Amino acid sequence: MLAFVIRRLGVMLVTALVLTFVVFFLTNLPPNLEKLARSEGSVRMTDAAVASWLEEHGHNGSVFYRYAEWLGAAPGWVITDEKGVTRGKCIGQRDDPAMAPKFCGVFQGNWGVSTVFKKTVLFSLGKSMAATGWLMLAVMLVMVPVALLIGVLAGMREGSRTDRVLSTFSIATSATPEYVSGVILVVLLASPATGLSPLLAEWGWIGSKTLFMGTATSAMDNITFWNFGLPVATIALYGVGYIARMTRASMTEVMTQQYIRTARLKGVGFRQVVLRHALRNAMIAPFTVIMLQFPYLLNGVVIVETLFNYKGFGWMLVTAAGNNDIEMLLGASVVAVIFVLVTQLISDIGYVFLNPRIRLG
Amino acid sequence: MTNTIWDASQPILEIENLSISFFTRMREIPAVMDFSCKVMAGEAMGLVGESGCGKSTVALGVMRDLGKNGQIVSGSIKFKGRDLVTMGEEELRHLRGSEIAMIYQEPMASLNPAMKIGAQLIEVPMIHQGMARAEAWELARQIVADVRLPDPDRILNAFPHQLSGGQQQRIVIAMALMSKPALLILDEPTTALDVTVEAGIVDLVKDLGHKYGTSMLFISHNLGLIMDVCDRLCVMYSGEAVETGAVAQVFDDMRHPYTQALFRSIPLPGADKNARPLISIPGNFPLPHERPKGCNFGPRCAYFQAGRCDAGDVAMADVPHADRHASRCVKWDEIDWTAAPKARVVKEKAPIGKVVLQMDDLKKYYAVSGGAFGGGHAKVVKANETLSFAAHEGETLAIVGESGCGKSTFAKVLMGLETATSGTIMLFDEQVQSTPIQKRSVDTVSSVQMVFQNPFDTLNPSMSVGRQIIRALEVFHIGTSDAERNDRMLELLDLVKLPRAFAERMPRQLSGGQKQRVGIARAFAGGAKVVVADEPVSALDVSVQAAVTDLLMDIQRQNKTTLLFISHDLSIVRYLSDRVLVMYLGHVVEMGSTDQVFQPPYHPYTEALLSAVPVADTKVIRKRIVLEGDIPSAMNPPPGCPFQTRCRWKSQVAGGLCDSQMPPVQTLTDGHQIKCHLGADVLAQMEPVITFAAE
Repeated sequence: MLAFVIRRLGVMLVTALVLTFVVFFLTNLPPNLEKLARSEGSVRMTDAAVASWLEEHGHNGSVFYRYAEWLGAAPGWVITDEKGVTRGKCIGQRDDPAMAPKFCGVFQGNWGVSTVFKKTVLFSLGKSMAATGWLMLAVMLVMVPVALLIGVLAGMREGSRTDRVLSTFSIATSATPEYVSGVILVVLLASPATGLSPLLAEWGWIGSKTLFMGTATSAMDNITFWNFGLPVATIALYGVGYIARMTRASMTEVMTQQYIRTARLKGVGFRQVVLRHALRNAMIAPFTVIMLQFPYLLNGVVIVETLFNYKGFGWMLVTAAGNNDIEMLLGASVVAVIFVLVTQLISDIGYVFLNPRIRLG
Repeated sequence: MTNTIWDASQPILEIENLSISFFTRMREIPAVMDFSCKVMAGEAMGLVGESGCGKSTVALGVMRDLGKNGQIVSGSIKFKGRDLVTMGEEELRHLRGSEIAMIYQEPMASLNPAMKIGAQLIEVPMIHQGMARAEAWELARQIVADVRLPDPDRILNAFPHQLSGGQQQRIVIAMALMSKPALLILDEPTTALDVTVEAGIVDLVKDLGHKYGTSMLFISHNLGLIMDVCDRLCVMYSGEAVETGAVAQVFDDMRHPYTQALFRSIPLPGADKNARPLISIPGNFPLPHERPKGCNFGPRCAYFQAGRCDAGDVAMADVPHADRHASRCVKWDEIDWTAAPKARVVKEKAPIGKVVLQMDDLKKYYAVSGGAFGGGHAKVVKANETLSFAAHEGETLAIVGESGCGKSTFAKVLMGLETATSGTIMLFDEQVQSTPIQKRSVDTVSSVQMVFQNPFDTLNPSMSVGRQIIRALEVFHIGTSDAERNDRMLELLDLVKLPRAFAERMPRQLSGGQKQRVGIARAFAGGAKVVVADEPVSALDVSVQAAVTDLLMDIQRQNKTTLLFISHDLSIVRYLSDRVLVMYLGHVVEMGSTDQVFQPPYHPYTEALLSAVPVADTKVIRKRIVLEGDIPSAMNPPPGCPFQTRCRWKSQVAGGLCDSQMPPVQTLTDGHQIKCHLGADVLAQMEPVITFAAE
């Protein structure tokens, strides 16, 4: 087990290096750098000025060396200009150049400064990840139990009325993209003009104008059911349909297995057949799907966070990408890569616990 | 345990005029019709018949587990006097597992893969007797020891996949016995197991039946097994019971033409492919919705009489002066049951020619990695060790052994699907041991062909039969034009005795036996000189087996083909082979002519194999030698003789040679060789396993 985890961590490290290099390469293509120079320096810079700006800010040289610098595996650039002022990647504005460390990169905890948010990347990332973390947690807490319940109920008696009703619901929700379901939910529940809210307000059942709040900005500081409900529901609805379909398929298959017949003919009641004999076997396939939902959520939040103006990871990613914020994008890619790989590691380990036939090396 | 007061002289299970149908959108398909039988306390009742005859449906009907489509249309099933047909779900649940338990065909599929053995066992008394966990665990330990499994504690904490097939089946039996049921239903309990393992399971079931006084409903297609286990039997054909009675009576004095035909189509000791060939049952099993009017067996029956047999439903008639012996035949008291069959055609023995295939010291090792995710030490599986033999033109060489003995690996190497690790294979005048099939010439490929075990999986489901054979002809470069190949294809259909119209049919429209015929036609498409038949009839029904075997023999006689017949079924091997090669853990332990191998002196493994095969003949007396334990893993073979861990003759060899040294190959008589340390004096004392009772 330990050996397996260590081996997997090694593989993860290599994967992370490769992936971050790809992102580094793409974000540091010459046109991007030129754009950076013009936005940081002056929009009207001549080409020559751009070139010298880039050189002064350490953007020249081989992409591999710059990647190593960014990682902190190679010494940061140091330039002494004509005035005798020494500047470098690792030298702060008021620091003494002589005292500054030679290496400063991701390994040393220096992830750079965001050009959009004017804060360090680590600080902005931390804040947005925390916000998204709460969102994802809430989504998972709603989505997984609901989906499994629907899937198991639908799958345990294939072809029954329950199955058909629940399957129709699952197909409908998984066929509705988030930007559609989000808008529908807002119209139905969070609009002072249409949907339920005007009725409820008229009857005096709610104090405010709308039942739910159409924006989740206030949830950044204080999460309540009313400001968080709609974004969570929007993301969860889509996933519920998807996971429920997977669970149902797995459950119907398990219910036709011979060992289920064995259990039934042992005199085990239907409820116990489902709970004790079928459930664990039926969870094996959906478990992987559920763990794959985590990386998906990280992407999925982009739409919902933008829709509900919730300043989490997705919103930040959109802003950074739109503003050529290279350091921020790099930082986000590191976080995303690690996040995906860690959830997959958990998925593999959990799989072993669910399925005793699989052994880890 | 039970609170029902019930008189032990009454039948435990009494089925009367039971009819079960499956309902599809199209129509009602009757699976069982007018079925009656009685099982008394402590009695073992056998249900015999070919696949599709409804025997498993009866079992599931007793359990009332027929699925959504199945329904009991009429009749009653009385268990200890209570009618199961009208019983409610809850009451039924209390009976299942506690009073009626079932043992299934595939043990691996019947055990929950994600639950430990212990948890699956203790569930039974915990549900039915409300037993406490610790107490139930104690009981489970005791029963696991009862089914003769070593180290009960380890077994209880294991998952099903950590046990071998035989051990899994013992666990399924243990599970059925957990609450000491009054009736045990066994649905082909040993079909998926090797013969030596089967022998152990059968002994166990018989002993436990006596020990606990359990009644049994034993379902099997194997008449020999039924004779071993059961007191009475019921022969089923196409959804009906056709004959029922005590085992000895039905076996010796059968009173139904189907039972007689069944016995004539199975290879019993004494049958011979040339002098006394098997008689196959003509025609095919009728589909449930295409049953003929009157007697279902009529169209295939040698005693059929138009106007009587197809007049109307035939009822069961009691045979007088017998113990509850009945037959569903209108002519049962007119037929001369002792008359010898007239259809027997004596065939000429084909001459055996020159050597066509010569193997010398063939070895095939596989390297497998240790762990599931790589890493660990690479292990070597020694699938074939020092395999040497020669096969002649027109000869049938049988290769016998249990699963894992390396017989399929050998076939793969010969076919070129794998290459040999060392040694040589001379095919005619060419060395082929290290030429994979892609690099072999068309001639070589077409001259060595294979007939596969499972005809259901080896035909392309979306290509017509004729097209598949023509495809083979194209690959083998036979014929110059499409018309020529089409003619050749039709000739091949004639050769395997299929109507020419079958060329247009799709494989799904064919029965198992017909598909296997297509498989044979394909194998012979390129004029194969050497044909490897890998268990060609084991997936087929008994009545079809004889026909397919005879077909293979006929083609062999015509074409002087060398047939390498791979099988675990010693009865059929004895019937059709000229020479036999017995394999164990990759080694050839015995080789010789069929007579030499089937008579003493034996290799100890051959002796055990022979004694494990059930023989459906009341006149045969068989010595019982039950092998302990499982076949060792080929990854970790025992030192010395491969068979030493299970050999009962080991003590007869001085100096512990068996533990330390690989036995030498001894040549006993002309061409009969065995790989054993036993001295000539011990071998000479061996008694035959099978003897005929004095008439």
